[in-house]
Amino acid sequence: MLRKEGITLLKLEGINKIFNEGTPDEKIALDNINLHLAPGDFVTIIGSNGAGKSTMMNMISGALTPDFGSVIIDGKDVTRLPEYKRSHYIGRVFQDPMAGTAPSMTIEENLAIAYSRNAKRGLRGGVSKGRKDFFRTSLEKLSLNLENRLNAKVGMLSGGERQALSLLMATFTKPAILLLDEHTAALDPSRAELITKLTKQLVEEGNLTTLMVTHNMQQAIDLGNRLIMMDKGQIILTIDEDKKPNLTIPDLMTEFEKIRGEKMNSDRALLG
Amino acid sequence: MFTALFGSVEQGIIYAIMALGVYLTFRVLDFPDLTVDGSFVTGAATAAMMIALGYNPVLATLMAIVAGFIAGCMTGLLHTKGKINPLLSGILMMIALYSINLRIMGLSAENAIVKPNIPLMNSDTIFSQFQGFWGNLGIDDAMNSFIRETLGFQSAPSTWGTVLLVLIVTVIIKFIADWFLKTEVGLAIRATGDNKRMIRSFSANTDSLIVLGLGISNALVAFSGALIAQYSKFADANMGIGMIVIGLASVIIGEAIFGTKTIFRTTLAVVAGAIIYRIIYAIALRIDWLDTSDMKLITAVIVILALVIPQVVDKRREKARKAKRRSERLGEQNVAQGGNHLA
Repeated sequence: MLRKEGITLLKLEGINKIFNEGTPDEKIALDNINLHLAPGDFVTIIGSNGAGKSTMMNMISGALTPDFGSVIIDGKDVTRLPEYKRSHYIGRVFQDPMAGTAPSMTIEENLAIAYSRNAKRGLRGGVSKGRKDFFRTSLEKLSLNLENRLNAKVGMLSGGERQALSLLMATFTKPAILLLDEHTAALDPSRAELITKLTKQLVEEGNLTTLMVTHNMQQAIDLGNRLIMMDKGQIILTIDEDKKPNLTIPDLMTEFEKIRGEKMNSDRALLG
Repeated sequence: MFTALFGSVEQGIIYAIMALGVYLTFRVLDFPDLTVDGSFVTGAATAAMMIALGYNPVLATLMAIVAGFIAGCMTGLLHTKGKINPLLSGILMMIALYSINLRIMGLSAENAIVKPNIPLMNSDTIFSQFQGFWGNLGIDDAMNSFIRETLGFQSAPSTWGTVLLVLIVTVIIKFIADWFLKTEVGLAIRATGDNKRMIRSFSANTDSLIVLGLGISNALVAFSGALIAQYSKFADANMGIGMIVIGLASVIIGEAIFGTKTIFRTTLAVVAGAIIYRIIYAIALRIDWLDTSDMKLITAVIVILALVIPQVVDKRREKARKAKRRSERLGEQNVAQGGNHLA
């Protein structure tokens, strides 16, 4: 991991978000969140349902704006920048395999859309000869034989194939930050394993700064150089690079009990 | 009969441009845009008004396209910036355009602010201008003597120039549409109709893309209106009623017959659908007990059938498939049981 100490790529400062404020459904989704990521960091995020993991991802991507606090990417305050402008910096893969691709368009057309993420879209052809070759070599990395199905409609692919394609599309323009929001949760175990393997490979190849939400504790321990645990809208535990390699699931459970003074809610989701 | 069908083919080719516009919103953007009923007349009114004032018909047609584009963009802005539901945005714009169209036509009158129609009987149109050039080529006479003497029809169309001109224009627009939908912007517009969340995460402004898409769609609709006004030599405030349903009928008929495998094929299907719709229209009008005014009802019935029949067919197929599987399974079980019995 080519981590550069002392430089901050992503900074969340005092982020607060309350949903349905002033109604009986009021919910504090994020409570004073502070997080700093150095270039090359790969942070895994765990926490029970409703801990605020996805809300935090949406704050970074711009799908939601915080009530207070600021989001700073590469020294630039992007708190008020709309999602479509912020996505120049951010690649994203959603939990739902259907969410990251356009089903009625072909594989090559989907890749062309991802390819023009950083350029102003114009009246050039989306799929040129040169790009096609690039798409083919990129798809070969997935080892799913998609490189020979460039003209197949994405809606015809399986969930695992679509998620692999989404992952490739999110990463191949080398975004400053990659957000993975439980992107293996909706897949069967063997597919999930494949996507996990691909994630590791693509993140390492591109040396991408990554935030990954997961329900699977083992996955959170296996991947990345840092780990954070969230609960009730707060970051309650941060495991840094030096401690992460020796981390185990029981360690995490004990830590949680120490901090919260209660047994970790051993729902299926949290233990994975 | 030949002349009647010939005329409906000519009109069908012009309406195909409108149908391509409807395809762009309904299918590509997944935005049911009802502006069409208004913007079709806007195109006709703008072109007719300018021609009546003595402007060049080509310039008048270009201005009609611009007017349609603006109308479409307005609907887009109502929806994206005003957060108004797509159907309602279109209806609001359609109703607003009714008044605006009367005003546009009123610009051609010296002593009135509004005008419900503009006749173009003695005016120069794109078609009469083209005829001036085409008539000298002598192709009409050759074609018509072939039709009368060799094919044995009584009557023959007065000119072949019009059909050729509109065919060339429509085919060019079809190819431009094919090309555009494959450009970077075109891909982004298609993705906006397909998966908004995804295209936003790839730094595309879906709001602008919707506004642009609606603008282009209504520009095509207005273009078609401008040509129809010049073809039938009048513009009327009510000529757009039910246009959206006609457009939709063309898209659905075309797609059902020719399929939607690729963009090239789908746009071709839409053009063919528009022509087929006009031919059905012409044939229906020949039925004695039907009146011209029944056509809107017939159009509605065509669209309803085209929407319902595929569902019924699918359901039947599914049922047949299930029944077949069930009987196969029962067959297997019987064989197995029979085996046990013997043993």
